[in-house]
Amino acid sequence: MSDQLNAWQLILDGDPTLFAIVRLSLAVSLVAVALAALIGMPLGAMLALTRFHGRSVLIVLLNALMGLPPVVAGLAVYLLLSRSGPLGALGILFTPAAMVVAQTILIIPIVAAPTRQTIEDLWSEYRDELSAMGVGPGGRMMTLLWDARFSLLTAVLAGFGRAAAEVGAVMIVGGNIAGFTRTMTTTIALETSKGDLPLALGLGLILVAIVIAINAAVWGTRIWAERQVG
Amino acid sequence: MRFGVWSIALIGLLGVTLAAAPATAEDRSIVVASTTSTQDSGLFGYLLPLFKAKTGIDVKVIAQGTGQALDTARRGDADVVFVHAKSQEEKFLAEGFGVKRFDVMYNDFVLIGPKSDPAGIRGKDIETALKAIQAKAAPFVSRGDRSGTHAAELALWKLAGIDLESAKGPWYREIGQGMGAALNTASAMDAYVLSDRGTWISFRNRADLAIVVEGDKRLFNQYGVMLVNPEKHPQVKKDLGQAFVDWLISSEGQTAIAGYKIDGQQLFFPDAEKKGS
Amino acid sequence: MRAPLSDLPLVIDQVSLEAGAARLLDRVSLTIAPGPPTLIIGPNGAGKTSLLRLGMGLVSPSAGRVTWGGRTERAPERRAMVFQRPVMLRRSAAANVGYALAQAGVPRSSRAARGAELLERVGLADLAGRPARRLSGGEQQRLALARALARKPEILLLDEPTASLDPAASRSVEEIILMAAQSGIKIVMASHDLGQVRRLAGDVIFMLRGTVHERGTASDFLETPVTPEAAAFLRGDLVI
Repeated sequence: MSDQLNAWQLILDGDPTLFAIVRLSLAVSLVAVALAALIGMPLGAMLALTRFHGRSVLIVLLNALMGLPPVVAGLAVYLLLSRSGPLGALGILFTPAAMVVAQTILIIPIVAAPTRQTIEDLWSEYRDELSAMGVGPGGRMMTLLWDARFSLLTAVLAGFGRAAAEVGAVMIVGGNIAGFTRTMTTTIALETSKGDLPLALGLGLILVAIVIAINAAVWGTRIWAERQVG
Repeated sequence: MRFGVWSIALIGLLGVTLAAAPATAEDRSIVVASTTSTQDSGLFGYLLPLFKAKTGIDVKVIAQGTGQALDTARRGDADVVFVHAKSQEEKFLAEGFGVKRFDVMYNDFVLIGPKSDPAGIRGKDIETALKAIQAKAAPFVSRGDRSGTHAAELALWKLAGIDLESAKGPWYREIGQGMGAALNTASAMDAYVLSDRGTWISFRNRADLAIVVEGDKRLFNQYGVMLVNPEKHPQVKKDLGQAFVDWLISSEGQTAIAGYKIDGQQLFFPDAEKKGS
Repeated sequence: MRAPLSDLPLVIDQVSLEAGAARLLDRVSLTIAPGPPTLIIGPNGAGKTSLLRLGMGLVSPSAGRVTWGGRTERAPERRAMVFQRPVMLRRSAAANVGYALAQAGVPRSSRAARGAELLERVGLADLAGRPARRLSGGEQQRLALARALARKPEILLLDEPTASLDPAASRSVEEIILMAAQSGIKIVMASHDLGQVRRLAGDVIFMLRGTVHERGTASDFLETPVTPEAAAFLRGDLVI
């Protein structure tokens, strides 16, 4: 990307570097949020529906982990994936895969904690009906998750927001390699450190616009779907 | 059922992302741990396409401070390390993590400060300048991050006979970040800061800052390159990495380095000797 | 394929039910056998809901025993329950019935046909595609009945199903309950409406303060109640 160019100019010119960076940012964050939902929602639901020793401790921990600093998560994943670390043989450090791993870890609590609360509340409402219909534990979880899907969507959007916005984790495990692991947020950090503040700000506004657009699209889909099934 | 289809689609997407990563790693590419000065000055943006055109090798640069770059290499997460702190590099070699060290190029440091020059040091030599800054407690930003520039800064204070530990005060601000961040901070605080010339020339947020001291022989800054020792880390791509090292010190590479200019000014001066140590 | 187990007779044997300090049921013994509908009446707090939930197997007794067809396992085999405010799953009416059929073990291939039949039976065939949460109170209650009937129950327990419905809706619900009774399903229903009791009951259980205070056939109980409290209740007095 050329120096001192207006960020909007880059969009208008269809600058390929900018588009590659946007594509990577979205790919990493979207895949991470999908994985986090696949793992975090059943996790939250199970926590809501089962009783065991230390359950309260686990719930407090899960809630607290919503605030896990991205740079700490990044550091932990870095040490795991480093060649000198336990999972070094995977060879995914400084690649988009590592970025997905780090972001997934970050987002799981953000999806799981609200899921737990929502499912717990829903269970107290649905308990008698589902028991009367003879629904077993597995069926309970799937039924409640599906019925709560619109509320859970907000948790997923929160997770996506966190992923799209963070720079600490992806910087450490991705290495901000030009043309390979450079995302919107790491580019903004880089341009800031090169002193090109107008460009950094412009990129920042583009990022915010994209995230707003995605949120609007998801919301629109929800309204449409709700109209179908109440 | 819809749920199932979505899960499969997303797992597929993940699979593609994951597959893409190591596959590229198997292609001809190497990881080079280097410093923020080589990145922020734009040197790599200029050199690497030339190298790729010649050899087809993709160079992935992780830009960190010198200390961090050497640590990354010690952990085996890089194939080549290209930094500018000779004593730290020699320690790295002595520990057995590097194969051989080659001089590649040098640039110089410059002392940057506010145009108003509260310490009154414009045009002086570096020793006098630092003594004046400390005496007048003029705001000074230090990188504080074990980088080559930081190491050089500390060495210069020592040269000026100042014991930083006792002389430090609120005027000395260690930020623990890269050159760009240090310049931004100095710009915002109207403070003095030691910078490499290359980063300064390509820095865009100068506000009221300008060069106040330059040209002193003691501000000379040497860069060196090393291949990470495959005996310590067998997965190091030694052939591809060596190709990069060789190219940097070859006449082609050296000419390329000299050819990098911003606003007509040459930033780095090639000085490879090819025998290495 | 084993023969389906029966949930009748439902035998409640010296059961007490406590929730914290409150005693919801106090040494209740009764047997529910096949026959005409049994209506459970009594003032609020008498234990009608607790008795029904116990009979459905949603709670375990604190003392005493409940058996269904001689078995003590609580998994519902041939019984179903309709609650005063049914919970609609967030999907269409047809999908709600389909869900109940699936839980009852009906194979996928037969679900559509049986579902349509059930919706027809409760008069909701036209609203099959409507989101269940957007049905009216009476329609939701009829859907709850369809879900319950999907289980082909021997016993159908109902907890004041028409309490929050208008007369027209109440009538359609009562018609479905009567048809179910006539097809051989044992109805056990709590009611607040003496008129409803007159219309539907084969026998009546009068509950007071967690115990079965009086029991008898509908005609006997309604014309000539034995206990003074029953008489007072039938007169419309507040019975403490």
